[in-house]
Amino acid sequence: MRGLILLVFAWPLMVQAVEAELSGFIGAEMRGFLYHEQFDGQFKGLQFSSIIQPELEAEYNNGRDQYRLILFVRLDSQDDRRTHSDLREAYWRHIADEWELLVGFSRVFWGVTESRHLVDIINQTDFVEGIDNEDKLGQPMFNLATQRVWGSFNVYVMPWFRERTFPGKRGRLRFPLVVDGDVEFESGAGQHHVDVAVRYDHYVAEWDLGLYCFRGTGREPRLVPNSQGTRLITHYDQINQVGTDIQYTTEAWLWKFEGLVREGQGDTFAATVAGFEYTLYQIGGTFADLGLLAEYLYDGRDSDPAVAPPTPFDDDYFLGARLALNDTQDTNVLLGVIVDRDDHSRFFSIEAERRLGVSWTIEIEGRWFSNIGTESDLAALTKDSFVGIRLSHHF
Amino acid sequence: MKLSSFCKGSILSVLLSLSVLSTPLYAESPEEKGLSIAKEMDRRDLGWQDSASSVEMLLHNRAGETSKRQLRIEFLEVPELGLGDKSLVVFDEPSDIKGTAFLTHSKIHKEDDQWLYLPAIKRVKRISSVNKSGPFVGSEFAYEDLISNEVEKYAYRWVIDEACGELQCYVIEQFPVYKNSGYSRQVVWVDKDEYRRMKIEFYDRKEDLLKTLVYENYEQYLGQYWRALRLSMTNHQNGKSTELTFSPYEFQVGLTDNAFSRSRLNRLR
Repeated sequence: MRGLILLVFAWPLMVQAVEAELSGFIGAEMRGFLYHEQFDGQFKGLQFSSIIQPELEAEYNNGRDQYRLILFVRLDSQDDRRTHSDLREAYWRHIADEWELLVGFSRVFWGVTESRHLVDIINQTDFVEGIDNEDKLGQPMFNLATQRVWGSFNVYVMPWFRERTFPGKRGRLRFPLVVDGDVEFESGAGQHHVDVAVRYDHYVAEWDLGLYCFRGTGREPRLVPNSQGTRLITHYDQINQVGTDIQYTTEAWLWKFEGLVREGQGDTFAATVAGFEYTLYQIGGTFADLGLLAEYLYDGRDSDPAVAPPTPFDDDYFLGARLALNDTQDTNVLLGVIVDRDDHSRFFSIEAERRLGVSWTIEIEGRWFSNIGTESDLAALTKDSFVGIRLSHHF
Repeated sequence: MKLSSFCKGSILSVLLSLSVLSTPLYAESPEEKGLSIAKEMDRRDLGWQDSASSVEMLLHNRAGETSKRQLRIEFLEVPELGLGDKSLVVFDEPSDIKGTAFLTHSKIHKEDDQWLYLPAIKRVKRISSVNKSGPFVGSEFAYEDLISNEVEKYAYRWVIDEACGELQCYVIEQFPVYKNSGYSRQVVWVDKDEYRRMKIEFYDRKEDLLKTLVYENYEQYLGQYWRALRLSMTNHQNGKSTELTFSPYEFQVGLTDNAFSRSRLNRLR
């Protein structure tokens, strides 16, 4: 750990020695909630934020040594827990002929499906950023990788655990009780438990395959009320998890499968997301493409939140559409709904993006909770449907 | 009849009959001639191994507005028969898509393998490559205009020899035989000296002229391989155009198969 901290602070010095390149974005965001708050203390109406994400990159030794630093800062008008910063990436990567080594904070994405990022596990979710689990906290790691004709092989050693972010008392999109105060770890080493993952990736013709094993502190916490019943304590369990992601690509079809088996949170359970994306190209004689998506979501974990972290995706299906205009402004829209097969709760979402001029983008995000059952894992979010808009300047 | 004109006439007729006689021995059909020109172009471009360049792409619309993309591009020659070359395209501008990359393993008789890298969430996505006729990043270049020009991807027919600027050109038609092409045919002007593409006219599925691509600023590398540093594509149907300006290529920079593997996308700069 000390090495990692040293690395982070020594970073600017190392970068000075070579030519570093600065990029990133600065943005303004507004979210409007459609309904009055459900729980005491939550704000109503509008939420404003400003965001900055500067990135520094440098490489020398003919590209064999790469340095990257990505910092993220959000200032939020309503929720002081959403006002936060994170070292998304701060690493040194050395590339040798047969292998490469990364040391520092990094982000790693695994998976193929759209409705849920089930097998993605290396990084903790930055939950105050978004409920789609696509925003991740930087994970301190040593990553050794090798690329061979038989595939690529990665080993990750993670010496420090990142806790999930949660909204504060004033925040929306939270549980009836605020997640606050104590953090409990099953491991006696607590936050310093060394997590390990190994992953194998390969592609053969139309098939892309990934297979991994993770052993360490589970990223999803159980949320347990404190003894007074006033707050939620996060409890992180030790888990073993095997996961796979497979895609078969043929003509305009993408067939996708993610699956995992996890032990350590109640009975050993399996979970899966499987489905397809079919794209209609150049619809109606235009250059626009329309992708049609359908996925099935299953999660066999114990439904008792004292045993396993809750998930709303135990037996659900997802239908979606992706429209890409293929214009010079790169206009994209993704629409979708996840429906619970048991109580018919519906979770709609829309994400749209377009470039304005040369260096600006506008993004719209909408989430709408509809017909949410009282027993649903989404019950706490019934009143949290919102529309967000973000304007960003990229540099 | 004067003797001189008789002589001229008989000489001419002898020459004519000779040429008629010789035709069955040496004649090439227009299809054979077209194919042999294409094979010669391919033969002259063998053995370059790998190359890299950067490209400024200017998109002009009908209203005279221009938008710009800046990208880096790497190529790997795959000598095995039946396999196409590999390429990697990385965007530097516009800044909101900086780091976005396309990796293509082109195939001759099958769909290409293609991956997209999204740097914001560090996601590698295998994407469908059937959309050959779709526009590449909003430009007037279709994907199929940019992928490698393998001989087997077309049927050929020689049309005529004619002047092309200061040079003499073969004019050949090429008919896509791969699936999902947006074109019925392409007319290609190839210079006779060096077998370089000078101009291509693209005809759409309705046989209407769709686009014209002009190659300029040819430079020769390693004493053999010619590359145009400027490509201008004009779309006659929508009034838009796209210009590609390449920085001088680097050849044999030591790129290997590993540099064109899916895992490379995760460590792109």
